Amino acid sequence: MRLELRGITKRFGSLVANDHIDLTIEPGEIHALLGENGAGKTTLMNVLYGLTQPDEGQIVVDGEPVRFRTPGHAIRAGIGMVHQHFMLIPVFTVAENVMLGVERTKRLGFLDRRRARRDVQELSKRYGLAVDPDAVVEDLPVGVQQRVEIIKALLRQANVLILDEPTAVLTPQEIEDLFGVMRSLRDSGRSIVFITHKLKEVKAVADRITVIRRGRVVTTTTPAATEAELASLMVGRPVMLRVDKGPSRPGAPVLEVRDLRVLDDRGQTVVDGVTFGVRAGEIVAVAGVQGNGQTELTEAIMGLRPVAGGSIRVNGREMVGRSPREVLMAGVGYVPEDRQHDGLIVDFSVADNLILDMYHRPPFASGPSLRPRVVQESARQRSEEFDVRLTSIDDPASALSGGNQQKLVLARELSRPIQLFVAAQPTRGVDVGSTEFLHRRIVQQRDSGVAVLIVSSELDEVISLADRIAVMYRGRITGIVPPDTPREQIGLLMAGAGATGDGAVPPGRRPAASEGSVAVGEAEPTRRPR
Amino acid sequence: MSLSLDVRRLSRPGVLESLSRARARVVTRTRVIGALSVGLGVVMVLPFGLGTKAGEMALLGLAGTTTAVHVPDMPVPVRPVCLALGAVCILTGLALMPRPLSRKAGNRVLGGVLVLFVFCLISWAAAGSHMDLVGLGNDTLVRSIPLILGALAGILYERSGVINIAIEGQLLVGAFAGAIIGSAIGDLWLGLVGAAVSGALLGLLLGYFCLRYLVDQVIMGVVLDVFALGITNYLYDRLLVPYQNSLNSPSVFPNIAVPGLSSIPIIGPIFFDANILLYLCYILLIVVHVALFHTRWGLRVRAVGEHPLAADTVGIKVIATRYGNIILGGLIAGLGGAYFTIGSVGAFGKDISSGDGFIALAAVIFGGWRPAGALLAALLFGFADALQNILGILGAPIPSEFLLMAPYLATILAVAGLVGKVRPPGADGKPYVKS
Repeated sequence: MRLELRGITKRFGSLVANDHIDLTIEPGEIHALLGENGAGKTTLMNVLYGLTQPDEGQIVVDGEPVRFRTPGHAIRAGIGMVHQHFMLIPVFTVAENVMLGVERTKRLGFLDRRRARRDVQELSKRYGLAVDPDAVVEDLPVGVQQRVEIIKALLRQANVLILDEPTAVLTPQEIEDLFGVMRSLRDSGRSIVFITHKLKEVKAVADRITVIRRGRVVTTTTPAATEAELASLMVGRPVMLRVDKGPSRPGAPVLEVRDLRVLDDRGQTVVDGVTFGVRAGEIVAVAGVQGNGQTELTEAIMGLRPVAGGSIRVNGREMVGRSPREVLMAGVGYVPEDRQHDGLIVDFSVADNLILDMYHRPPFASGPSLRPRVVQESARQRSEEFDVRLTSIDDPASALSGGNQQKLVLARELSRPIQLFVAAQPTRGVDVGSTEFLHRRIVQQRDSGVAVLIVSSELDEVISLADRIAVMYRGRITGIVPPDTPREQIGLLMAGAGATGDGAVPPGRRPAASEGSVAVGEAEPTRRPR
Repeated sequence: MSLSLDVRRLSRPGVLESLSRARARVVTRTRVIGALSVGLGVVMVLPFGLGTKAGEMALLGLAGTTTAVHVPDMPVPVRPVCLALGAVCILTGLALMPRPLSRKAGNRVLGGVLVLFVFCLISWAAAGSHMDLVGLGNDTLVRSIPLILGALAGILYERSGVINIAIEGQLLVGAFAGAIIGSAIGDLWLGLVGAAVSGALLGLLLGYFCLRYLVDQVIMGVVLDVFALGITNYLYDRLLVPYQNSLNSPSVFPNIAVPGLSSIPIIGPIFFDANILLYLCYILLIVVHVALFHTRWGLRVRAVGEHPLAADTVGIKVIATRYGNIILGGLIAGLGGAYFTIGSVGAFGKDISSGDGFIALAAVIFGGWRPAGALLAALLFGFADALQNILGILGAPIPSEFLLMAPYLATILAVAGLVGKVRPPGADGKPYVKS
């Protein structure tokens, strides 16, 4: 099936998300759609999948113009989509999820579960997508859930499969497996649209690459292009791919975490006996696939989550049991994972957001009242210093782009005297330009003698920023390694190799993916009972 | 819109508890059950056993009214029986505490102890006189009718992701419509249809505001309850009181003894000698269960209630599905309302449903959003109600308010984790907005 997009334009108010986009997907190719967050990739694919309607332009399937008003239309035309956030019902089994919407039934609408199960088994065998049709989806690791999504699309006879940022939640090994599946699908004559902002992956798997910037197609090229070329196409100017930083000069230990145990909201142990330290003037980055306890670790350090056991010391003072404010006032700066939810009050003005943790103290407060003039003045200074692009400091924070919001959070946290800086996913959803800036500021902090703890699920970011890398897997630290450790080895640590006790996956059980072959061993829950 | 899936949550199965914690929970649970057994046993021994004169007998009637085969009354020597059964409960409780039981075994023990306790309670109350046990059973079922139907309605709503606090209002308008139509037209079947339709109409009101204008579903439900109470009170004063004879004196559905089944001793008179509404309950319980869990329709409904965006992406119409369930559930709740008038006493009275809709809601949660569970919960509430009634007649020295409190106490205990973790549908109460 040949799929063509002609002059697709989609506007959201004054924002032009897609500006006359032309794109052709040939049969049997892996076509990467490369662009920064917010470049308009997902909007384009939502148009293609019938989730939103274009304001202008045409979709052409095998020479025939079509209109997709609902996802149902797109599915019938042979388009399948694996969303960034999986569209699976957590409490349903794999077979139920796969058949939902195209149910196999007996008389009177009774479900034919046996046939549904067989459908799943057939597809999973044919394309090497190992999955148990009777497993309940919420018990499956993310990588397997993704396979379920792919099977779902294949069952609906998808000829064009759209994968929206499919690698964000996978370990390096799982990514290799996914690439194997993608290649075997391509070889069976289907086409794949691979949406991503990761240059390495594009080069590894794509046949053709279309780069999108600010809603427009910049060019279509081949994986022969270098990473630097692709990056500058994506951003629109030459980009530093490496963070410019000198060797670290670590001083006295600032953060000491010992045997830390933390439970999640459901009472499961998600941080399990973690011990590590961060010294003044060094950056320690916690690597790991999302959901392996990193979030809870930072929340525990900040006093946002009760600690079940162990100790957290900052400059020798015990922090366990203290309130977040006490932790902040002990000289800790914090960039939370979800800036819109935890980092900012998006309906408050920029100026107000800049004093969220200082409003009760001089110079911003005098007695019980705020001093608006001081607040305004300092807001102006800081947004300038941190290059926050805004029209007015009285605008709500929601009016800013993701990158500028993140700079705002950083501006607030770094304008207090701090000895420890904790940043979770500091550049998630942030454009490359802002990322450079944020990284530079973080390195500056280190050089000025602050202990820095970064949590990131982007391995590139971890490797380029860190002086030491702590890898987390299922709540444990599986290894603390220097940043020049080979990626493969870090990848193995991220998958649990080297962990003590259970949870260790012997390297032999995850064969490197060759064409169409997939590791079968990990069709088991990420969290087994301990 | 907050419908995006939290991948972290998914990758961490709730079913797989960390073992030490699960064990701790089993231990506390077992201790609670053990303590409860001991406590109930003490009550059985002290006030029930020793509080009864030695040698006094209770006659428990098992005959019923329609049985062809005569079953003799069961004489129970109250004091020895209560002492013996109380001792059994205390010993069980004590034996239980040191060793943790599985959830299932724990529930069995708890159930057994409760049955023994209720048996002693009845014997004690009937000491020196006669109590119709079969009648009590039948009364329990009949009193459960509005609870069962209300709970089925609640299940249909919540499984599709709409919280229905308005069950009470639907029962009330159903009762009203049943009475007025049954009386004015004189056709009980039309009254039943009218009751169902009025429940559905009230449900549509909920749907219109909550699905279209995204009003908070809980608030809207409460508003509709107040509205239903207000409008039926007003119409009662203005219409039913002045025209009592023509508008508020319907006949009631006669009891139908199912041929064959009703002549089975004990079981027959309890289960198969009631009016059409009880049989409707049986049918609807089965139909709703099978439809929800074994058909395409049910799979789609549950998908909509768990994760509407996912359902939408595979071509399921979310809002239409919710409207469909609102109507179906409304019809069933309306039928439940008809019980209060044309299904039992005939004439409508102010606030005749008296909170049963809220108990039905509790039954939905207690029963884990499943018809079978809701049935059990409804029967428990119905039993407490029937028992309270019969104890009042016998003049037992126990305030009826205590027994009326029992089901709520049970609900609190249940919700506090005694029965086990129940999980509502993922998108329960959350409006669906397409971006």
